[in-house]
Amino acid sequence: MRARVFDWRRMPEYRTISLLAFVFLYAPLIILIVYAFNANRAALIWGGFSTQWFVKAVLNDDLRRSALNSLIVAAIATPVSTLVAIPAALAFERGRFFPGRSTGEALIGMPLVAPEIVTAIATLIFFEAIGLRAGVGNIAIAHIVFCIPFALLPIRARLREMPRDIEDAARDLYADSWAVFSRVTLPLLMPAIVAGATLAFVVSLDDFLITFMVAPAGATTLPVYLYGMLRVGVTPEANAAATILLVISIAAVVLSSVLVRPRTVKA
Amino acid sequence: MQSLQTVARPEINLRVGSEGQSQDQSLDIETDSSVRLVQVQGVTKAFGVGPTALKALDNVSLTIRTNEFFTLLGPSGCGKTTLLRLLAGFEHPTEGAILLDNKHVVNDPPNKRPVNTVFQSYALFPHMSVEQNVAFGLERLGQRGPEVAERVAAMLKLVRLEALAKRRPSQLSGGQQQRVALARALAPQPRLLLLDEPLSALDLKLRRGMQVELKRIQRETGITFVLVTHDQEEALSMSDRIAVMDHGRVLQLGRPSDIYERPNCRFVADFIGEANVLPGSLFGFKAPYVAIRPERVLLSMKQDPENSGLPGHVVEVVYLGATTSCTVALQGGPLVKVERSDLPTGLVPDRPVICRFPHDALLPLES
Amino acid sequence: MAAQPRFRDRALLLAGPALLTIVIFMVLPMAIALVYSFMTASPYGGVEKPYTAGAYVRFVYDRDLDDSLVFDTTYLQIFARSLILAALTSLGCLLIGLPMAWYVATRRPVQRQILVLLVTIPFWTNLLIRTYCWVLLLRDQGLVNNVLLWLGLTKAPITFLYSDGAVLLGLIYSSLPFMVLPIYGALEKMDPRLVEAAYDLYADRWAIMRKLVWPLAKPGVAAGNLLVFVPALGAFLQPDILGGGKKLMIGSLIQQQFTTGRNWAFGAALSMILMAFVLGAMMWSAWRRAAIAVPV
Repeated sequence: MRARVFDWRRMPEYRTISLLAFVFLYAPLIILIVYAFNANRAALIWGGFSTQWFVKAVLNDDLRRSALNSLIVAAIATPVSTLVAIPAALAFERGRFFPGRSTGEALIGMPLVAPEIVTAIATLIFFEAIGLRAGVGNIAIAHIVFCIPFALLPIRARLREMPRDIEDAARDLYADSWAVFSRVTLPLLMPAIVAGATLAFVVSLDDFLITFMVAPAGATTLPVYLYGMLRVGVTPEANAAATILLVISIAAVVLSSVLVRPRTVKA
Repeated sequence: MQSLQTVARPEINLRVGSEGQSQDQSLDIETDSSVRLVQVQGVTKAFGVGPTALKALDNVSLTIRTNEFFTLLGPSGCGKTTLLRLLAGFEHPTEGAILLDNKHVVNDPPNKRPVNTVFQSYALFPHMSVEQNVAFGLERLGQRGPEVAERVAAMLKLVRLEALAKRRPSQLSGGQQQRVALARALAPQPRLLLLDEPLSALDLKLRRGMQVELKRIQRETGITFVLVTHDQEEALSMSDRIAVMDHGRVLQLGRPSDIYERPNCRFVADFIGEANVLPGSLFGFKAPYVAIRPERVLLSMKQDPENSGLPGHVVEVVYLGATTSCTVALQGGPLVKVERSDLPTGLVPDRPVICRFPHDALLPLES
Repeated sequence: MAAQPRFRDRALLLAGPALLTIVIFMVLPMAIALVYSFMTASPYGGVEKPYTAGAYVRFVYDRDLDDSLVFDTTYLQIFARSLILAALTSLGCLLIGLPMAWYVATRRPVQRQILVLLVTIPFWTNLLIRTYCWVLLLRDQGLVNNVLLWLGLTKAPITFLYSDGAVLLGLIYSSLPFMVLPIYGALEKMDPRLVEAAYDLYADRWAIMRKLVWPLAKPGVAAGNLLVFVPALGAFLQPDILGGGKKLMIGSLIQQQFTTGRNWAFGAALSMILMAFVLGAMMWSAWRRAAIAVPV
C-alpha cells in the first residue's frame, strides 16, 4: 500500500459535495445556453447549432424596446448611484463621527436588508401617493435607491484597506484637501469605483421584482418583458433572450473582479 | 508659503559654547533665541473625553534647536509618536502651545507647516513613480518645470537612488522605499524633518547602514531632524540630544553621554543600556536608589584587603562571545549582573564571590 | 486621526446625498406604506379613508356573511409555509454551503480566487433566468423526465413542477452563494497551523470539523443564515414560476394584493407584518452573534 502524504486540507466528502454543488450551480445555466443554440424548436431534440433564435429575438420590436429601456434605466442609475456612493464612502470611512451616523449607515443598507417585495410595494405606493408618472424615470429612481448600497460596497472596502498614512503624507507635503482627494485618494480608489459602478449596472440590469411592480404601463424592461414571455410558455426565442441577458451580467461581473484584483494583491 | 522655499541654511557650530554641562544647554536656549527652532510649551494631548480620556502627553515642554539631530526615545505607548504627529500638525493639542521659528503653529494644518514627515510605513504613493513621489511636495508648493526636475535629481542623488527614478514603489525593496520616503520629505527643504521609527521595518544590517546614512544626510542638508524610536542603541549612536519619554512625560533630556552616564531616574537607567538598580543605603547614599552598569562592576574570587566589596554567590554564567555575563546574588538578596571581558575563570553557580562597586561608577537616582 | 479635516468636518455633507436619496425614496415610502396599511382599500386600487386596523384584523379573521368575525387560518398558513420553506432553505444551503466553503477556503490562492468568482457569478445573474432554467429541467417534457424515461426508470413523466419541493429547490439554488460566501469569509482567515495542531493532538477529521471548523465558521453561518432566510421569506419569483402561483408564499400574496387582488391596504399590512418578521430575525441573529461571539 502506498503511503499517503499528510495533507491538512483533506476532507474527501467535502470535495465531492463541493464539486457536485458547482455542477448544481452551473448545469441549469449551461442547459439554457445549449437550448438557445438548438436549431430544433422542440428543445430536447438536437437539431444542430443555430443562432436563428437570437436573430429572431433581436428582431422582436417589443423585446428591443424593453432592452433599450433596461439600458436607459441602468445608464441613469449607475452613474447617479456611484456618484452619490463615493462621498458617502468617504464620510463613513474617513469622516468624523456625526450624530446619527450609524443610523445613516443602517439606512443606506436598508435596500439590501428589506425583502424586495416590500421595497417594491412601498415604492409603488409612494409614486402613486405623490402622483409621479415619469415612465422610465420612475423605474430609474427606484433603481438608484437599491444600487447605492451595491456601489458603496467595494468603495468602502477599498478605503478601509487603504492606509491613512498615504493621505497623511500628501497633506504633509503641502497638498490641500482638494489636492489630497484628486491626486491621491481618487486615483487609488478608481478600480473600486469602477467595480462599484459595474455592480450597480448589473443589479439594475437584472432587477425584476421592483421594476415589475413599479413600472408604469408601456415602460417595461428586459427582465419584465422576459417574464411575460416565459409565462406564455417555453420558447426558443425566450431562451435566446435570456441567454443574452445572462452573458451580459456574467461579463460585467468578471470584468469588475478582474479590475479590482491586481491592485488588492499588490497593496 | 514663500518662506518654505527659501530656507536659510542653519548656522553650524551652535553648540560650541555649551560643550560642557548639560544644565548649561537649557540656559543657552533661554538666552539665544536664534537657536530655538521648535518650542513645545506645556503640551497635553488627551484622546477621548471625560474620565475615560487617555492622556497620551502630559504637560510636555521641550525645545529643539536649529540643525540638531533630536531623538524622542521611549517604549511603545509613551507618547513619542503623538508628539511627532502634533509637530507635523496631524493632531491638535488639548492644551499648550507649539512654536516653530517663534510663531504659533498649533492652528496650522499639516499642509501649511514647513515640516515634513518620513512615515513608519513610508506611505509612498503607489500610483506614482519614484520621481513623481519626490516631486509631489515641490509641485504642491507651486514649483514647476526644470526647477523641480533639478531638485528631484539632487534628492535622488543624495539618497543614492538615481538609477531607480522611473520605478514604482512596489518594485523597490524595503530599504529603497525608505530612501524614497526620505528624499520625498527632504525635497521641499523643510525647517524640520520628522522621522517616525523609520528604520523599524528594516533588517538589522540594513538598519546599521541607514543609521550612518541618515546622520550623513542630516549633516549634508543641515536640516533639523526629529527621530522617534524605541531603540536605545539607535538613539545613542545618532542623536545630538535625546528626550527619554514614558507615560506621556519627558523624564530626561540631554546629550547621549549624559543620558547614559548620568540617568536621573530608575526608568532612564533601566531603559538606556542595562543597569543594576540597588538601594542607595547600601553605599551610604542619600538617594533612594543607585544604578551601576554591568560593565562597571568588579568581581573577584577572594576578599580584597583594602577595598572591601559585598559578598555573594554566583547564580548563572552566560558566555556572550566578546564578554561574559555573570549574575551574582548578594548576601541579603539583591541580584547583580556583571558583564565584562576580564572575569576570572572558574566561575560556576554557587561559587562564593566578592562584588566591588567603584564609587565613580555609582549613579544616584532621584526616584 | 485629524488627518483629513475635509472629510472629517464635512462627513454629514458628504454622506448627505446618499442619505437623502434613501430617506426620500425608501424610508418615506415605507412610512407611507405603514399609513396605507391602516386605511381602507379602494375598490379601484389605492386606499381611502377612514383609518382602520381592518387590514390587520383580516389577517387572522374572516368576515362572515352576518358580519361577525371568524378565526381564519388561511393567511396564517401561508405565513407558516413561508417560514418553514425559508428555514428549510437555510438548512439546505448550510448543508451544501459549509463543505463548499471549506473546500474553497483550503485551495491554493489562485484556485481560490477562481472558485470564489464561480460562486459569485450566479449571485449576480438574473434571478428570473436562473429560476426559469429549472423549468427547462423539471417540466414534464423537461430534461430530467426525458433522462428518466430514457433510462427506463419511469414509464410516464413525473410532475416535478408546481410543488413545494420545486419551490424549495429553486430557493436553495438561488440562495446558495449567500451562504457560501460569508462562511468562506470566516474560514479563509483560519490559520492552517490550527488544523495541523489539532491533527498533532490526535484529533480525527470528524473532531476537527466539530471542534475547530464549526466554531470558526459560526459567525459566517450566522450571517449566511440571515442572508438566505430573509430573501427566501419574501420570495416571489420561485413560488410564482416553480410553484405555479398555486401554492402561495408571503411574497406572492403581497404581490397579488397590488395586482389582481386590488386590496392595497391589506397588501401594505402584509408587508408590514413581513417586515416585522425580518427585523425580528435580524435582531435575534444580532443577539445570538453577541452571545456566541468567537474571539478569532
